[in-house]
Formats: sequence, structure tokens, C-alpha cells
Amino acid sequence: MKFTDVYLQTATKILVFIIMTFSIYVLFAGHNNPGGGFIGGLITASALILLYIAFDLQSVRDIIPVDFKKLAATGVLIAVLTGVVSLVLDVPFLSQTYTYVDLPFLGKTELASAMIFDLGVYLTVLGTTMTIITSISEDDI
Amino acid sequence: MSNILIYPIIIPLLMAMVLVFFREKIRLQQWLTSISVLAVIAISAFTVYHVSEQGISVLELGGWSAPYGIVLVGDMLAVILVTVASFVTLMCLLFGFNSFEIGHKRHFVYPMILILLAGVNGSFLTGDIFNLFVFFEVMLIASYVLIVLGGKKIQLRESIKYVLINVIASTLFVIATGYLYSVTGTLNMAHLSERVAMASLDGLLTAISFLYLTVFGLKSGLLLFFWLPGSYSAPPAPIAALFAALLTKVGVYTIIRMFTLIFYHNPEVTHTVMMWMAAITMILGALGAISQWEIKKILSYNVIVSVGFILFGVSIATEQSLSGSLFYLIHDMLSKALIFITGGAIISIFGTDKLKEFSGLILFRPLLGWLFFIGVLALAGVPPLGGFVGKVMILKGAVAEGELIVSIIGLLTSLLVLYSVMKIFIHSFWGETLMSEGQEYSTGTNALLPGTILVVCIAGMGIGAEWIMTFISQATDVMVNPNIYIEAVLQQISP
Repeated sequence: MKFTDVYLQTATKILVFIIMTFSIYVLFAGHNNPGGGFIGGLITASALILLYIAFDLQSVRDIIPVDFKKLAATGVLIAVLTGVVSLVLDVPFLSQTYTYVDLPFLGKTELASAMIFDLGVYLTVLGTTMTIITSISEDDI
Repeated sequence: MSNILIYPIIIPLLMAMVLVFFREKIRLQQWLTSISVLAVIAISAFTVYHVSEQGISVLELGGWSAPYGIVLVGDMLAVILVTVASFVTLMCLLFGFNSFEIGHKRHFVYPMILILLAGVNGSFLTGDIFNLFVFFEVMLIASYVLIVLGGKKIQLRESIKYVLINVIASTLFVIATGYLYSVTGTLNMAHLSERVAMASLDGLLTAISFLYLTVFGLKSGLLLFFWLPGSYSAPPAPIAALFAALLTKVGVYTIIRMFTLIFYHNPEVTHTVMMWMAAITMILGALGAISQWEIKKILSYNVIVSVGFILFGVSIATEQSLSGSLFYLIHDMLSKALIFITGGAIISIFGTDKLKEFSGLILFRPLLGWLFFIGVLALAGVPPLGGFVGKVMILKGAVAEGELIVSIIGLLTSLLVLYSVMKIFIHSFWGETLMSEGQEYSTGTNALLPGTILVVCIAGMGIGAEWIMTFISQATDVMVNPNIYIEAVLQQISP
């Protein structure tokens, strides 16, 4: 089935970038302010779902050729491996640390190990949500 | 601080995620799964040794100290059960490698089993009641997938019941935890124990403890077991074996933990109710077992009887009966795995579950026959095997406390259990041999290796009971004196 809704498709092309940007902002705000990997993942998923609604399943799959199951598994791996680092350093599992660095353009920025954990959560939530929604929406598996 | 406690949880979890990337490489998946479970067994066996030398080991996750952070507590009870659970998982996997259908293998059955193991180990190790809920959910979600994987009609029907009953139980769990938190203001189990001991709100806390008893009764099959026989006979044999050996036992463990560490102040009420619940469970489970004519159903009812028996020992709550309960719990995990694995092999050979359509397997598969027979003896608790020691200790403890009626119920139901499983043995192994070589649906040889290993362990438990008791008595010490646990967790903090 081919959608021919010009308004929806044009709006989507712009909106997806705004939503994506916001989700990344929420992800980075995560460990100190309201936000985080979970909600960031959900917002990104909503952007992708908007793409699925405006265009069809196949063409979105051509643009984003990602196996969402593997994306979710990667997320869990990243999250757990941040804990494993603390095993290597011989501090309690899931210990966290942070540091300040000067980055070009951004100035003084806080880099926290919780950030990597949040990234793992982000990928997991994104992968799981998209797996659920795409497998409900398609007929055969 | 001792990071060793986290390995039984993260090794299976990490490996499960790695396996997702090798979806089509079944053989590699099987190797990686075996290696990771073996690693967990080795590490947890070392932890048992470590705890026996150094006492309870505590891990404060993220460096946040108890009672504010979440702790993992490896006391003897927990680490023994982690070891046994991982070992039983390996046995079920050995059985499963050749008996899962290809569809199962391609649809992530091994990652799910590993996640289940991570959840089970986490439930044993955690020292925080909300974290316990989380690990319970990890375990349950993996079990939802495992029970429905394959998508047969009976699986879909039973999994709806299973999911529904567990969602209700989990909701009650959260509600009970909310009540407990509002009364005591803490979620750390050691801290809870301290606060509950100081609180004077007897009636309220007793009510909460009954709510917990209902929740864990639903999960472990104590009295509220109506969902269990159906659900456990739906999935394929290796998964049924895993469920029978692990899932209800986690419920039993939590009852032991809650009612020896936190709610031990009002035993005239709570423990008496628990005892009669256990008695009714034993009677109904045994009646169910003798009335069925399908192998899986009979074995599932046997799971219920043993849960009743173990919790009978817990409800007596003396040192002797608690040791007996723990001993019997370990034995039961091994023997349930054995009987479900060999029973599953019998079903796969005949291609049917109906007892009346079997006969004469002994000429055909003598080793399988004897393994099953030893499983039967183990369930009934016949002397050289481990079950005998556990049963004797529970009954001695009970008689010493003057609980004669329930003790007699326990003995009688043991006989009924023996009859019910003997019925399977007689019908499937005795009589005229109906089929000849080549007519069987599958060879059933995949059950022989795990079956033999489990028989050796069960016999070893009986013969080496004295040696095992040195570890078990250490676990019982903590159950009888909760202060050991509290001091280990809350080292510097005053109440």
C-alpha cells in the first residue's frame, strides 16, 4: 500500500529531526536532570514510528537497515559492561565516576560513566519498542 | 565489598545478549551457553567455600552503603541455592541440546534460559525486597517466553493462565511491599528485620506478612497451586524440568527468607497458618498425583507435594526442621530435575503422554528405566538417597515440637507420592513390549547423561550427608539467629 498524503510526509520529514534532536537532548540531560535513557529511547522510537506511519514499512526499512533485536541486545551489553568495568577496577559493581573536560564548541562539559549506562538503556528501549511495534504491524515474521 | 556475588547474575545476562548476535549458529550458542553456566557453577561453588571460611559476604552495589543502597547478600542459604540452581540448569540444558526443536533453538531459547538463570540467581542473592521483586520479574518474563515458545494450542492456553496468575501475584507483591515500606520506612531486608523487631504494630505487620504469604504461596504453589499442574505440563520436557526444579523453589526460598529473617515474631499465628497450608497442600497434591493418568500431570502434582513438605519444615522453625527443609529443598531440586528429564525422555520415546498406552520399555531402554526408578525412590525418600535425610530431620523436628498430625500427613503423602510415580514406572517399563527397535518416536538417549549425573549427585547427597550438613548447619545458623545476617549487612549503622 502506498500513502500519498503529501502534508503528512512533508511534515514528518521536518518533525522527525526535531523529535530526534529533542530525544538526544533528553538522553544527555539524563543523569542530573529530568530525562534519561529510557524516555530518550521512547522519544526516538516515536520519531521512527512517525516515519513508519507517513511512509511504508519497507521504505523505512531501506533507510534504516538496523536489526532492532540486535540493537536492544547491544544496549543491554553496553549497560552491563559499564558495570563490568568496575569489576576490572576492583570497585563495587555499578560504581560511577565523572570528570570535566574542555570540548571544542561545547566548552566545559561533564563526562559521567552514568552517561554510558544511559546510552545502553536508550538503545535497549529503542530496540525493544521498535521490535514490538514492527512485529505487531507486519503479517509474517 | 566482594564483587564475587555479582558474577552469577551478570555472566548469564551478558552471555544471553551475546547469543542474540549468533541467532543462526546453534552449535556455537550451545557451546557458549554451556561454558557460561559452567563458569557460574565454578564461581558459585567457590563462593560457597568463601562464605564457609569468611562468613556472610556482602556487596554494596555502586558503593552505596546499606540500608540506602541496594546490597547483594551471600549468606550460606543463598549461595548454596545459587550453586544448585546453576547446576540443575546445566543438566536441563544437556537434556535440551538434543531435544529442543529447531524452531526453539532459532527463537532464542538459550538466551531465555540464561536470563531465567540470571533472575533466579538474583532472587537468591539480593538483600533488598524491591530488588527481589525486580529479579522475580526478570525470571518470570523469561519463563513467560519459555512457556509459550513453540506456540502449540495447549501452550497458548496455559500461558494465558500462567501470565495472568503471575501478574496478579506480582501486583500483590508490590502492594505488600508498599504497605511494608509505609510501616517501616525501609526496603533493605536486614534493616526491615531490625525495624519490624522494634515496631509495636503487631496486628498490622501480621496482616502484611499474610499478604506476603499469599503472594509467595501463589508463586511457589503453597496451597494456591491451582495454576501449576496445567502450566508445568504445557512446555517441552527440558523447560518443564527447568520450571519444576527452579521456579517454585525460588518462591519457597523467599518464604524461608521472609519468615526466618523478617516475620518471625508472631509464629503462633503466621507459622501455624503456614503449617496447615502446607498440610492441605500435601494432601491435595498427593490426591492430584494419584488421580492423574498423564506423566507430566503426575509429576507436576509431585512438585506441589514437595513444596508442602519443605514449608512444613519451615513452619516448625526449629534448627533441626529448618536444616531438614534446606536439605530437602536441595535434594528436591535435583530429584525433580531427574524425574522430569527421564519422564520427558519416556514421553518422547512413546510419542504420547497417556500412561495406559505405554508398556514394556525396560527391555528396550534398561538404563533409562533404572534412572527413572532411582528418581522414584528419591522422590519418596528411600534411605540411601538424599531425600531420606531431609525427611527424617523435618519429621524429627516436627515431632519434637508435638506436631504429630501434620507429621503423619507428611508420611502418608510420601507413600502416595511413591505410589503415583511407581504407577508411571510400572506402566511404562513393565509388561509386554509393544514396540520394536526403530518404531520409537525418538531414542531418548539424550536423557542418559544428565540423568546419570543427577543420580550420582542424589546418591552422593545421601552418602555424604554428614559433609553437606556442615554447610547446611551454617545456613541454618543464620535462619535461627537473624542477627548474624543483620550485623553482616549493616556493619556500621545503628538503628
